[in-house]
Amino acid sequence: MASLRKIKERLTCSAMMMLTIASGLLLFVISLGLLLRSREILEMKPIMELLTSSVWKPGRGEFGFWPFIAGSLWVTLLSALLAVPVSLLCAVYLSEYASRTVRAIAGPVLDMLSGIPSVVFGIWGVLALVPLVKDYIAPMTGRFSSGYTVLTAGIVLAVMIVPLIVHVALSVLRSVGNDLRDASLSVGATRWQTVKLVVLRKAVPGLAAAVVLGISRAFGETMAVIMVAGNVAKAPKGLLSPAYPLPALIANNYGEMLSIPLYDSALMFAAFLLLAVVIIFNIAARLILKKMENIR
Amino acid sequence: MDNSLEISETPHLRVRGLNVYYNGHHALKNISLDIPDKKITAIIGPSGCGKSTLLRTFNRLIDTIEGVKVKGEVMIDGVNIYDPKVEVTAIRRKMGLLSQRPCPLPMSIFDNVAYGPRIHGERGRQNLRNIVESNLRHVGLWEEVQDRLHKPASELSIGQQQRLCLARGLAVEPEIILGDESTSALDPVSSKKVEERFLELKNEYTIILVTHILRQAKRLADYVVFLYMGELIEHGPAAELFANPKESLTREYLTGIIS
Amino acid sequence: MNWRKIEEEFFLVMMRLASLLILAAFLAIMGTVIYYGLPALSWEMIFSAPKGGFYLGKEGGVANAIVGTFYLACGATIVSLIIGLPVTLVLNVFLKRGSKLAEFIRFSFDVLWGVPSIVYGAFGFTLMLYMGMRASLLWGIITVALVVLPAMCRAIDEVMRMIPGELQDASLSVGANKCETAFKVFARQALPGIVTATLISFGRAAGDAAAVLFTTGFTDAVPTSLAEPAATLPLAIFFQLGTPFPEVQQRAYASALILTALILLVSIAARLTGSRLSKYVIK
Ligand SMILES: Nc1ncnc2c1ncn2[C@@H]1O[C@H](COP(=O)(O)OP(=O)(O)OP(=O)(O)O)[C@@H](O)[C@H]1O
Ligand SMILES: [Mg+2]
Repeated sequence: MASLRKIKERLTCSAMMMLTIASGLLLFVISLGLLLRSREILEMKPIMELLTSSVWKPGRGEFGFWPFIAGSLWVTLLSALLAVPVSLLCAVYLSEYASRTVRAIAGPVLDMLSGIPSVVFGIWGVLALVPLVKDYIAPMTGRFSSGYTVLTAGIVLAVMIVPLIVHVALSVLRSVGNDLRDASLSVGATRWQTVKLVVLRKAVPGLAAAVVLGISRAFGETMAVIMVAGNVAKAPKGLLSPAYPLPALIANNYGEMLSIPLYDSALMFAAFLLLAVVIIFNIAARLILKKMENIR
Repeated sequence: MDNSLEISETPHLRVRGLNVYYNGHHALKNISLDIPDKKITAIIGPSGCGKSTLLRTFNRLIDTIEGVKVKGEVMIDGVNIYDPKVEVTAIRRKMGLLSQRPCPLPMSIFDNVAYGPRIHGERGRQNLRNIVESNLRHVGLWEEVQDRLHKPASELSIGQQQRLCLARGLAVEPEIILGDESTSALDPVSSKKVEERFLELKNEYTIILVTHILRQAKRLADYVVFLYMGELIEHGPAAELFANPKESLTREYLTGIIS
Repeated sequence: MNWRKIEEEFFLVMMRLASLLILAAFLAIMGTVIYYGLPALSWEMIFSAPKGGFYLGKEGGVANAIVGTFYLACGATIVSLIIGLPVTLVLNVFLKRGSKLAEFIRFSFDVLWGVPSIVYGAFGFTLMLYMGMRASLLWGIITVALVVLPAMCRAIDEVMRMIPGELQDASLSVGANKCETAFKVFARQALPGIVTATLISFGRAAGDAAAVLFTTGFTDAVPTSLAEPAATLPLAIFFQLGTPFPEVQQRAYASALILTALILLVSIAARLTGSRLSKYVIK
């Protein structure tokens, strides 16, 4: 009997171990899979040309990713510009000033906001923001716009990454010990001075990590962006031009990609590019957070 | 030790009918107390009896805790600090706090000491340098750190950090020093150094220490306050209270029956 | 100094405004979804599949997408639980505290958690072609299971990490082996956390669109087997909103309302079990 029990344990043990190691390799496997699939195009074209050329004509074998990279940069940076100040102010408010009642409301609201699926953000963008940009904001600058613009996508993305940044920033601020606040207050500093000179100073790396995580989330977001960005394969010239970010490119063309040579390889290269950027951002942010007391 | 202990008519710190509630939990019950000036007062009592709470009411750090209600008066120089008109930062400035674990601010040694004066508007470089030097000398740290003033304070040893925190508190020229088990995280040598500082400082400052080490209280205190379950059981000159306590609870605590 | 007060007041006002702005955005989204979705919602919408092609309008509702979402989210959650539970048990029971391997795997989940679902979609698609298969419910489940796996593992791990080491010692010292300790003691102790993790993953799986875009296909029929393609609510919203027919757009609005309600319910349930859970955790 005892030996049967032992064998059973051995088997389960090793099966579980293998599963664990496999899941540890998942990131590597995904990267490798996408890289292998993009090998075809990487062998045909120099990587610099792929990244910097603006000509996107898959039918003629021209794959210049610059319009999409530029589109991604525009919408991501705009969303960060909008979301970062708002999120950080909100996080500081919730951790340092807000009463228990406010916190009790803010928690579930942020939770729900982060739970809303991206298509629903997209539908909000289409129904509420696109008309706003088209009928009010664009005419103010004296230009015509369809409403499907960098600006629209930036706003939608900003709202989407706010809960993430607030969440991480809040755990960073909470990890700053209360004795530190007490020490500062006890020499007669005001609350704001304490926040500005002590708490934020201690929290800066962690807050930077929160921002990086937010940016990386915006960079990879697909469905909401595809619905509101306009998807014109040209590098945007301003806030009111349409954009065609990388994730939208991948999602929009999966149907036809198998019928054109190199097209599928090009799209997988785009996915790989996306993954590489996101991995770098995430590793950097997570290393910082790990260093600051294992925040998740 | 100075046994001729008399509390003046108008002490620095006077507590009247003080009650503190944490979300309804009655943590301090109707405390009335005068703290003698320029002496060391020790607050003793078993864990959870409200020592830290009492100390935090003195500089209104209690305000930072969620759900706390304070009733009654704490008078400093005759002014009730819980009066809504009172400027909290001015109160806190009058009292240096030395917490249980040393807590250097995330900046250099120099900036730690200069933190308070800068907060209160001191900008002159030479002035700041003088303040930093004299306060570091005051706590006996100057010799040890004078050649690395601009290194992060976290690089100091724990004992040095605690003295740095004392210097930081002294730099805003307080009148009262509050210590909450300030030596409990230190090794014996470092805590002896800190104790020596207290004995020296009591000529200029009113010092209030929370401690759960009876021997430390005997070594340092001129005046002793004994709390039990949020109630003030007994207070009086140290020599008297330790020699013949009036209350049976005090006697039991001193002999180690309750802890 | 008065200036100091002004500075503090200024920032306080900014912080309040920022927080209100976030609340306003949330309310605006909910408002939009309800404003457009409620009039479009009807029993027919919920209980019947589209009758004129999902792209073409005519009668019918989004029953196909509701059922598809349910199948897909359940399937993906179960698959990721089947992978995630053993993995977190290994991390917390089999590997020693502070083990380098455990650290590495936790870290890799943290990073995977940040990988966008379109990348999982592209990878799942690659894998599917490699296996020579076609878009189906099965591949949707596999892909989405990968998407939610990091969230699932992180949430379970968080709870398991709070279980004190003495519990493991106690179990081992009565002669139980590691497996028994893992499944009988740890899994049970972490049960409320596992429930929360499952709910969170379910919500994420139901709302995901980018990963299923490549792998699940889309159909008007209610799926009857794993090998068939399936519709999901997020995809229904995406496709139907893009049509020029108002009737079809109505379906998108209704789908958005149903999906949002479903996910908020799940999120509230997760929060409730989560707060109830703190009672069980020995600190
Ligand atoms: N933040 C808080 N919230 C709720 N109750 C608290 C809080 N802080 C302290 N208490 C309660 O108030 C009472 C007094 O606590 P206090 O910290 O003052 O005790 P203490 O005498 O300093 O104990 P110790 O010697 O352990 O430091 C205790 O019963 C404690 O549980
Ligand atoms: Mg205490």
